[in-house]
Amino acid sequence: MKIHEWQARELFEKYNIPVPRGYLCRNADEVRKAAADIAKPVVVKAQILVAGRGKAGGVKHASSPDEALSIAQDMIGATIKGIKVTSVLVVEAIKPEKELYIGFTIDRAMRAVTLIASSEGGVDLEVLAKTEPEKIYRKNIDPMVGLHPYEAREAAYSIGLSDKSANDFTSICLKIFEIFNSVDADLAESNPLAVRFDGSLVALDSRITLDDNAVFRHREYYQVDEELSPLEMEAHAADLAFVQLDGDIGIIGNGAGLVMATIDVVAHFGGKPANFLDMGGGSSVESVYRAVKICLEQKSLKALFVNILGGITKCDDVANGLVRALKESQLKIPITVRMVGTNEEEGRKILSENGIWYLDSMETAAEAVVKSAYSRN
Amino acid sequence: MTILVDKSTKVLVQGATGREGSSHTLAMLKYGTNVVAGVTPGKSGSNIGGVPIYNTVKQAVSEHPEINSSIIFVPAPYNADAVYEALDSGMKLIVDITEHVPVHDSLEFVNYARNKGVTIIGPNCPGVISPGDCKLGIMPGQIFSKGNVGIVSRSGTLTYEIAWVLTKAGLGQSTAVGVGGDPIVGRDTVEIIEMFEGDPETKALVVIGEIGGDAEERLALRIRQVGVKKPIVSFIAGRQAPPGKRMGHAGAIISMGSGSAGGKIKALEASGVPVAELPSQIPVLISKSMRQ
Repeated sequence: MKIHEWQARELFEKYNIPVPRGYLCRNADEVRKAAADIAKPVVVKAQILVAGRGKAGGVKHASSPDEALSIAQDMIGATIKGIKVTSVLVVEAIKPEKELYIGFTIDRAMRAVTLIASSEGGVDLEVLAKTEPEKIYRKNIDPMVGLHPYEAREAAYSIGLSDKSANDFTSICLKIFEIFNSVDADLAESNPLAVRFDGSLVALDSRITLDDNAVFRHREYYQVDEELSPLEMEAHAADLAFVQLDGDIGIIGNGAGLVMATIDVVAHFGGKPANFLDMGGGSSVESVYRAVKICLEQKSLKALFVNILGGITKCDDVANGLVRALKESQLKIPITVRMVGTNEEEGRKILSENGIWYLDSMETAAEAVVKSAYSRN
Repeated sequence: MTILVDKSTKVLVQGATGREGSSHTLAMLKYGTNVVAGVTPGKSGSNIGGVPIYNTVKQAVSEHPEINSSIIFVPAPYNADAVYEALDSGMKLIVDITEHVPVHDSLEFVNYARNKGVTIIGPNCPGVISPGDCKLGIMPGQIFSKGNVGIVSRSGTLTYEIAWVLTKAGLGQSTAVGVGGDPIVGRDTVEIIEMFEGDPETKALVVIGEIGGDAEERLALRIRQVGVKKPIVSFIAGRQAPPGKRMGHAGAIISMGSGSAGGKIKALEASGVPVAELPSQIPVLISKSMRQ
């Protein structure tokens, strides 16, 4: 889960990591006041949870409070990359001598936390990893032991820092690692971490994402993912894993891997899947009902494919939920059900009694649903 | 032989009295798994299908010293505690079924277990089955049949789908291992393949992968470098998955341009591993690669 830059910045401040003077503002007047108080050129930064806001006009420089006011008047309330701006961060504009990168992430294969540092900050690290990988320093940290100061120091000297900058870097590095652990982050970075002309360091940007599974320990940061569509938000609220794609065949199944495979198989037979919807294992009548209702809210559907391989999921529960949802929805599109596994006989009986067609091979069913979607018009 | 579990597996169920824990305790018993005891704090003295319940793992193990494996159904917020309790009570194998375990928790207990030489499978996994001998997991047993194909998978229901295809084609399985859908798992695809290589009962291997991470790419690299002792075929889910979106599993996400199905398929094929486009092609590919 992404958190806002201002929230990450607050954490940096709490851990005494130097950041530029700044204020979070919710309207243009506050922005003017903030700029006047800082009394130096400022940067106005839209607080939206989307990458690439700078290029999309979400980060602007102002040399006076009046200029800051006029930028804020345009920015607050505007829509950037599909997301409405409701607040901005106003910070002192600092001209750095040099820009660095510092970050922590999780290395899945090594089962470790990785410290990443670079002398080339302020650029997209993914791009740098491709063009000049030798400029990226990586060190895996044993999660049982934690980060030793020497490891932070090694990183500092490895990216060419010396004296004061190296000392500052070591201290900031240890503090970001502490933050990374304290909020269950899967990413914590500063890009750029600026070197001032006196050699001291200041974090010009701060970015943290939290592990979705640990949000229950950090309720204060919980927020809705702004990049989700309204329907995706509704599905998440109902505890369903749902991703909208851009096709026209609705897909529902049980289990993430099976649903991904169902989408691939439908595409293999020439269909265009509209969504990924995993209603999870052990589905109840109620969860099936909600899944079908949400899936059918997609207006452009030409057909619906329900693919169930019952393990802990019981076929009769699925059939009952399906029948209830379909009755309420007065479905006008063809539906194909593939249903095998636990309580298959009972489930199929319920489907038959309600005139719903079912098959027992995923691939035959996928072929059938594609035909049913595109043959009528 | 088979890997990880067999007739000598003596099972403790942690979280045995909950909804999932109790129904799967009964299902495992029905399959013939040797379930010896269960643990739920505060429920000592009760039983699930005749399996005695204890307050702590220590009590269970002192009453039943033959216990060597644990399966965990304890919810995510308390999951790490349950894993440590098992790790500190002398288990050799721990299967962690629970979904939504915080990654900082699994990062720590997985490393702790590795230092202790204990095998963890999961979290967020369907478990392990050696058909006919032992089911230490939540998979529907009737879909699997005894045989010589080893399965390693990052998914649950997709494993059942492919096991079912194999069973219908007359290709039974030695062991099927669901390693789990999380970014951090106790044993990954490459390590399970290494176990299968040393198992005389396993004659062919099926690798079921999905988007996210680089387990499949690392397997491909290993095959290029040191080869693989047994015929191996694969299926990768998520060819149509868009980048940056989590597809159900915590670990199923294409991030920073890596972890796509296309990249994994290319890597495997470059190492001579045929990748099926449809599950139904897998039996054919296995038969073909076993003849070579």
